[in-house]
Amino acid sequence: MSTVPIDPRTLPGETGMVEPRRLAWLPFSPWHLLLFPMAIVMLVPLVWMLVTSLETLNQTRHFPPILWPGTLQWSNYPAALRSAPFGRWFWNTTVVTVVVVASNLLLCSLAAYAFARMEFLGKKVVYFLLLATLMVPLQVVLIPTFLIVKQLGLVNHLGALIVPNLANVFGIFMLTQFFRTLPIELEEAARIDGASRLKIFFTIVVPLSTAALATLAVIQFMWTWNDFLWPLVTIFNEQAYTLQLGLQSFQGSHTTEWNLLMAGNVMSMIPMLVLFVAAQRWFVRGIATQGLKG
Amino acid sequence: MADVAFEHVNKVYPGPTLAVEDLTLTVGDGEFLILVGPSGCGKSTALRMVAGLEKISSGTITVDGRAINDVAPKDRDIAMVFQNYALYPHMTVERNLAFGLKQRKTPRQEIARRVNEVSATLGLEDLMKRRPGQLSGGQRQRVAMGRALVREPKAFLLDEPLSNLDAKLRVQMRAELKKLHHRLGITTIYVTHDQVEAMTLGDRIAVMSAGRLQQIGVPQDVYDRPTNVFVAGFIGSPPMNLFRGSASGGTVSAGSFAFSRAGIPDGPVTVGVRPEVFRPAGDAPNGRPRIELLVEVVEPLGDEVLVHGSVDAHAAQSGAEEEDAMLLADGSTRAPVTVRLEPGSRPHPGDRMMLAADADAIHLFDAETGVRLA
Repeated sequence: MSTVPIDPRTLPGETGMVEPRRLAWLPFSPWHLLLFPMAIVMLVPLVWMLVTSLETLNQTRHFPPILWPGTLQWSNYPAALRSAPFGRWFWNTTVVTVVVVASNLLLCSLAAYAFARMEFLGKKVVYFLLLATLMVPLQVVLIPTFLIVKQLGLVNHLGALIVPNLANVFGIFMLTQFFRTLPIELEEAARIDGASRLKIFFTIVVPLSTAALATLAVIQFMWTWNDFLWPLVTIFNEQAYTLQLGLQSFQGSHTTEWNLLMAGNVMSMIPMLVLFVAAQRWFVRGIATQGLKG
Repeated sequence: MADVAFEHVNKVYPGPTLAVEDLTLTVGDGEFLILVGPSGCGKSTALRMVAGLEKISSGTITVDGRAINDVAPKDRDIAMVFQNYALYPHMTVERNLAFGLKQRKTPRQEIARRVNEVSATLGLEDLMKRRPGQLSGGQRQRVAMGRALVREPKAFLLDEPLSNLDAKLRVQMRAELKKLHHRLGITTIYVTHDQVEAMTLGDRIAVMSAGRLQQIGVPQDVYDRPTNVFVAGFIGSPPMNLFRGSASGGTVSAGSFAFSRAGIPDGPVTVGVRPEVFRPAGDAPNGRPRIELLVEVVEPLGDEVLVHGSVDAHAAQSGAEEEDAMLLADGSTRAPVTVRLEPGSRPHPGDRMMLAADADAIHLFDAETGVRLA
């Protein structure tokens, strides 16, 4: 049997459809010519931050900026940790973020389920009012919220960062919309099978909502971990600082230790990156489970 | 096992929309009752009221003599199979089957016993560790049946469980369902819009339209003696041919079609002739009413031939499906007709065939009310 060489570009695609021939001199889609420069633009600040964190202070002040410092100053990292109670700030931020994220996942999902599936007096009005609060900027409610937190005796305490953020309207809205897409027959079948409302919520609805819950967790984590303004307003004691507030202390009135500041920033970014990577698994599993016809 | 009774049941949605109107019927102990009707006729609503998924606006539903209007779905001792099966996608087949029993705090050994028994009955043993997404349509349907069976309910409620299957599988599963019912004898209420399923599966069928019960009876009786023009047009595939006619002095005429029928009051009538009642005139005994068919489309089906054409008469509407009168090139209206012939028949489009019909097999309905006259 003789073999004839086949130009793979003439073979049908995976769907069986005949696809247009790719340009011979371009081994990838032309869209990459746009996407690649955009990706570089997105990555430049992050790379610059990493490079700066490995330079000496003099190198950081050099113009034009040095893209590769030659000798990497890994000592900037322990120096950043020693120059401030970094470990304490990391712990504070972790406690606040974990509590806020867990609380949002629980409270937002319960509220969203009520709005999505239950009928009660004033439901539409309450939902509308909640959505309306999304239009109000933080700056408008900053002072009233501070006064409430002060009355609760939480100023200069991690509770000031936790209590006002226990539930997020955006999370309620997002999960309400998601729960409405779940087939109601699943819950009806569970009701006939004998499950209570709460049982249905935890055994049927929540397992099918991992993608949406992971999304909310990542978004809330990001917002809480990176929050600067609210901690700035409510926390004055350096021991109660969060990471973002603490990193600001590297910026002096006359001089800024950019290399140590960037080293601190890189370290504060690591949990976010880890979470994003971990959340991918939940996104995929959630979407795969939901895609199955039940 | 138990009987299920509807007593003057109404369901009103805000609007107001009357989804079910004065429904009164009884499903006997061990009976397989089909609720059949077009989309939106209220059959699924009636079923959901039995399940407790819809509140009953007025009237009473009883299961085994006990009124269940205010009883929670989980306490009604009924099991339901949904149109899309509603299998829990994140649970294995085994967990799906066991879920209802776990909610009732059934002992673990009893759960295992029932799950094993049902999986053996339905041939699910090899599928227990799979998730619904890894199953075929027929397998999912069996798992859904199994989830209902394992509860050993007093009554089964099935909401169009075969509608998501392909045609061949549907025929196969129909037979499986019938065998299962014969074996287990559980009171079953089955909802479908497919009148072939209705005719083949049910001990009795209840035809519904616009929220009202039109007729209830043994499938063959409903087919042979529809109580009104809606049932006549809905039950039977192809549907009954309906013509506008008039009765005068014991003679009924519809276009060029005429025959004698005693005891019919004078006035407009609707004449109904089933496709198989028309025979080629040459094959029919003399004296039968005749009409000429202009052949339009011929559909050989192997065991029969369906011939679609038009006759010189005015079509009547059953309300089950809209039939548009065909306009010929000269602008006159003719009634569309479907005829069922022997497999050897081979008319051609454009042919004119003379058809005859047994006058005793022709149905007559009041033209205004649609109620059966004879």
